[in-house]
Amino acid sequence: MASVVLSEAEKLYIVHGVQEDLRVDGRGCEDYRCAEVETDVVSNTSGSARVKLGHTDILVGVKAEMGTPKLEKPDEGYLEFFVDCSANATPEFEGRGGEELGTEIANTLYRVFSSESSVDLKSLCINPREHCWVIYVDVLLLECGGNLFDAISIAVKAALFNTRIPKVHILEDEEGSKEIELSDDPYDCIRLNVDNVPCIVTLSKIGYRHVVDATLQEEACSLASLLISVTSKGALTSMKKIGKGSLDPESIFEMMETGQRVGKSLHIALQKILDEEERLGTSRQKVGFLG
Amino acid sequence: MAAISMRLPVPRKLVGPSAPRGGEKHLVAPGDTITTDTGYMRGHGTYVEDEKLIASVAGAVERVNKLVCVRALKTRYNGEVGDIVVGRITEVQQKRWKVETNSRLDSVLLLSSVNLPGGELRRRSAEDELAMRDYLQEGDLISAEVQSVFSDGAVSLHTRSLKYGKLGQGVLVQVSPSLVKRQKTHFHDLPCGASVILGNNGFIWIYPTSEQKDEEAGGFTPNLEPVPLSEREVISRLRNCIVALATQKLMLFDTSILYCYEASLPHQIKDILKPEVMEEIVLETRQRLLDLEG
Repeated sequence: MASVVLSEAEKLYIVHGVQEDLRVDGRGCEDYRCAEVETDVVSNTSGSARVKLGHTDILVGVKAEMGTPKLEKPDEGYLEFFVDCSANATPEFEGRGGEELGTEIANTLYRVFSSESSVDLKSLCINPREHCWVIYVDVLLLECGGNLFDAISIAVKAALFNTRIPKVHILEDEEGSKEIELSDDPYDCIRLNVDNVPCIVTLSKIGYRHVVDATLQEEACSLASLLISVTSKGALTSMKKIGKGSLDPESIFEMMETGQRVGKSLHIALQKILDEEERLGTSRQKVGFLG
Repeated sequence: MAAISMRLPVPRKLVGPSAPRGGEKHLVAPGDTITTDTGYMRGHGTYVEDEKLIASVAGAVERVNKLVCVRALKTRYNGEVGDIVVGRITEVQQKRWKVETNSRLDSVLLLSSVNLPGGELRRRSAEDELAMRDYLQEGDLISAEVQSVFSDGAVSLHTRSLKYGKLGQGVLVQVSPSLVKRQKTHFHDLPCGASVILGNNGFIWIYPTSEQKDEEAGGFTPNLEPVPLSEREVISRLRNCIVALATQKLMLFDTSILYCYEASLPHQIKDILKPEVMEEIVLETRQRLLDLEG
């Protein structure tokens, strides 16, 4: 992960600030930075989203392709995640430097989405045991400004909300051979239901308190962080501890409660912006990358 | 209560041309022809092709008699003797420290250029060399003055005055070096209750005024007591104001920072970084600065 070097006095200033609920940029311990969300930025994908959270910039592209279902789940489709830490984000990611972080994030996403209720995989089935939709979710890190996991999960949810999968019909011949027909109308598509898609909330322990949405400087002061994934109803789907420090069980409970509370507000804010974008439809002025 | 605000991105607004001060500036982009007159000598940021003088960087054209050069607007810090800089120690080497100052090469702080405890005129011994890390470690912030510039552009610093030295508790803001206005003094004690060091290299250090350097030896032992909440609020507000001014590309000097601080008082500290609030505050600051001049 990209990191900054800080002097001991600077770290002390940050830690004392967090104790008094006033962070360096004036936020409280449970406040997020201002986020910008835009969907449908990449034209040749089934769905895409770009999220800018302070200095963190994430681009997610979703492509739906036809594949064979997994042997143990013959009547379901599945999701595949791939995370690319581009060298744009920080010089540490040059060459193969970003691979370790990329696989860690991808594995976390697999865990977060491993719960059966996150995405309705049965709707992705076309023909049991033969054809199903495979959703490839590709995440691209453009800039690293702290709090990667939260921004990535917001972008993934927005991209899945934006995904349009074309409707297919199965035609059966008399001989029994099946043909797959794509509908002619490009707007005839199925949308994924993202009501139960979880979002990740990272809680970093600084001193005796924990903060949400840590910047790079705050991440340098925190020894341990807790990643929890929360659905819009407040249900936890997974939990992961990162960092080399240790966490007290009581603080873990407190952090979980904070995470659930913050996660619900996060979902409400995100859904509001996605609905607003949907309502504007084609009248919205696309900003993309050259705005 | 958690405060989470999400928004749709808005396209950048083109800022209208503000009143030109001191004549029009000739702005060029890389590849623009500056002049086709062959009588000029080419300086930094230009090259000759087909008997035309072409700019290689984006910036303003400066002409001194027959010398034409282009001064880039967004560039790394180019050291000049007498500048005040704020830097971060990156390496501890034999008899010197390497300091990061947002320039093309790391700056150098020689052991003979710092004040050691016990008086200035002590000869640097081998024990001093071994104890270098006790004075300045990797990651420490210092304020220093540029002593000289080497031929390759690397800058040599010195802290041979009581006002320079290791910095204690505070907040560092990094902006582009071209936004820091050259002034008589770069150490300001703002009336709002905090002090600020405007480094020429774009590193701006905001710290509580009560951290007086009344210890000897240029303050090598920083004050580690917690800063009171009222001063923290001032420092956070100043930090957000400076970030707002830098985002809107306004020159940074004590008056502009102070006006921006006063304009931001009606808003909450964390709201200053919202795009619409930022624009409003900077517009008011710009207006007050124009009134001051006019």
